[in-house]
Amino acid sequence: MFENKSGILLIGGLGFFLFAFLSNALVPILMYRHLPEQTAEEVVNENILYQFEDLSVRYPESFKAAFGKPTAENCARALRIGRKIYIGEGCWHCHSQFVRPVSNESVRWGPVSKTEEYQNELQRPVMFGTRRVGPDLSREGGRHGNDWHTVHFFDPKSVSAGSPMPRYPWFFAGAPDQPTRRGLALITYVQWLGSWLESYPDYEDYVPIETMMANPLDE
Amino acid sequence: MKPNTETAANNLEEFPHHEDLVDERLVCWYFVVALVYMGISFIGGLLMALQLVHWNPAPAELLSPGRWRMIHTNAIAYGFIANCFLGALHWAIPRLTLKRVLDRRLSYFIFFAWQVVVVSTAVGILFGQAQGVEWGETPVWIDPLALAGLALVAVNFLAPILRCKGPLYVSLWYFMAAFIWTFLTYAMGNFLPEYFVPGTSGGAIAGLFIHDLVGLFVTPLGWGLMYYFVPILLQKPIWSHGLSLVGFWGLAFFYPLNGIHHFLYTPIPMFLQYGAVVATIAVEMVVTTVIINFFGTLWGSGRELVTNLPIRWFYTGMVLYFVTCTQCAMQVTLTFQKLIHFTDWVVGHAHLVMFGVFTLWFFGMMTYLFPRLLRQPWYSYRLCEWHYWLSFGGIVVMFLDLAFAGIFQGYYWASLQPWDASYEGSYPFWMIRLFAGLAIISGQLCFVVNLWKTWRLSRSPATATAPVTAAATA
Repeated sequence: MFENKSGILLIGGLGFFLFAFLSNALVPILMYRHLPEQTAEEVVNENILYQFEDLSVRYPESFKAAFGKPTAENCARALRIGRKIYIGEGCWHCHSQFVRPVSNESVRWGPVSKTEEYQNELQRPVMFGTRRVGPDLSREGGRHGNDWHTVHFFDPKSVSAGSPMPRYPWFFAGAPDQPTRRGLALITYVQWLGSWLESYPDYEDYVPIETMMANPLDE
Repeated sequence: MKPNTETAANNLEEFPHHEDLVDERLVCWYFVVALVYMGISFIGGLLMALQLVHWNPAPAELLSPGRWRMIHTNAIAYGFIANCFLGALHWAIPRLTLKRVLDRRLSYFIFFAWQVVVVSTAVGILFGQAQGVEWGETPVWIDPLALAGLALVAVNFLAPILRCKGPLYVSLWYFMAAFIWTFLTYAMGNFLPEYFVPGTSGGAIAGLFIHDLVGLFVTPLGWGLMYYFVPILLQKPIWSHGLSLVGFWGLAFFYPLNGIHHFLYTPIPMFLQYGAVVATIAVEMVVTTVIINFFGTLWGSGRELVTNLPIRWFYTGMVLYFVTCTQCAMQVTLTFQKLIHFTDWVVGHAHLVMFGVFTLWFFGMMTYLFPRLLRQPWYSYRLCEWHYWLSFGGIVVMFLDLAFAGIFQGYYWASLQPWDASYEGSYPFWMIRLFAGLAIISGQLCFVVNLWKTWRLSRSPATATAPVTAAATA
């Protein structure tokens, strides 16, 4: 059995591989099979909607051209596009997206990551990450304003002295205050990370943009 | 007596000839194309390394270090390593089984198809179409093609192995299993976490994928080739058959169970994480038996390390393999993980094994095989030596530098220093790493120049020599 072809192919090749797959992959799949998987529409919450609407106020022409109105549907679209860019640019190779229960990480970033946070279509495949050149991003949402993000993506060193992060001018039409669709989508995605948590920084209660933009003297 | 000698004479005539078994041109093509991808990978590595030390004056989209980092890893894995393996297997398998591969035209088709796969991967990644699976960034529309290619490779090479009668040599166990494993691993990693399994369970599968690529594709093919070349070059048999069995079956059982060790302290269930840690330490013990076997084989022939350059490449790689796996057994423990996960320590580990082990082994194979393929001794043994010392020195410096960088980074983070302390403190290490990388690149330039000159010599009729016999190059 140990040196003949069928033993090697079937037991060594197929059998042990299947054993490892069943014990290491199928077990967590079964353990988590009752956890619902959310779509991008379902993960849109008040906090990310606030940021999305804020983007439409700060960069009105760019936003109109890219997404039109800051609705929840468009926010979900932006999240999907933003995530594709996050993957395509290799962001996940320098930034992680899980907080470990060790090494003071919960003091630095926020609550330790839970399985439920990854049960959505925006974590297919899951963006755990394996390296931190830059900080973990899973609780990044709301920590910086959208204007900080535009300048940071355009030229990281200008807001973060000594940062080794590359520049991304192709997310913009020439200047940081003219983000393109890609730039807006990526910022939306980053502002979404961690927005589902209790610990998300609350600036103010969410007020729908129509109310916020309405002229109080019009009443 | 007469019938015996007649039978012997008949057998000798029926004994297959090297020229009928091995397609030397194909082996050559594979090695050369692999070196081209290595060059592409170096561009990616340089762009990333330079970015980290603040040298990127031209932020063009198509030179973005983020994308080139993915080209760096994929060009090395699927461009350089895969092509080197295919070339070496086209030499080793027909000679071991005394049978041709299944079909010569299929072999050439696979060659061209595989280059299409790798080049499309690089172009796809360059244009932002990478897939979000580490080591599986091949865009999803190329994955089915790559998988079909892997199936064809398996069929092409399994045909002569399965037709073999009698006891199988240890290399063939590794090769057979690797063909099955590579196909399954590639399918699992590129399709399941993206299309079928969300979240944490997908993460477990991604971890299995990362490790199975190293442990079930690269490692078995690499060790199989070592079991093939070392006895030939030392003109001695492998020291222990029993340890060969332990090595193979230990790898087969324990390696696939390691995968989750890439994602320790994630929300993956803790008992699975402990299991992966234990399996990893078990693998280290199995690896130790293989190292003992090979050094037992070398025992009494230590002088070969000085005179026989391919042997020196092989055994250097084996020592570095032992270092990597020992490092792995330490770093996998949850205690170590607290400090070094996410740091450059792991990057050093990956470079030590991919370059310091497998790439050095390939250089040994190329150093041995090119004179035979080109029917021409090396143009300059001096350049061969420079190649060795620059590569070995470069990777050792890179490894030690990144290991220390990782320790520093881990302590900066744990002690809650502001994040800029982390990258400012890493800057000197990144500088040293850049120079280590440049040393490695210079070594490869020596090799490529040497190869070019040797090829030119082999072409000119005045210096063409008779085929080199199977003695070690000295």
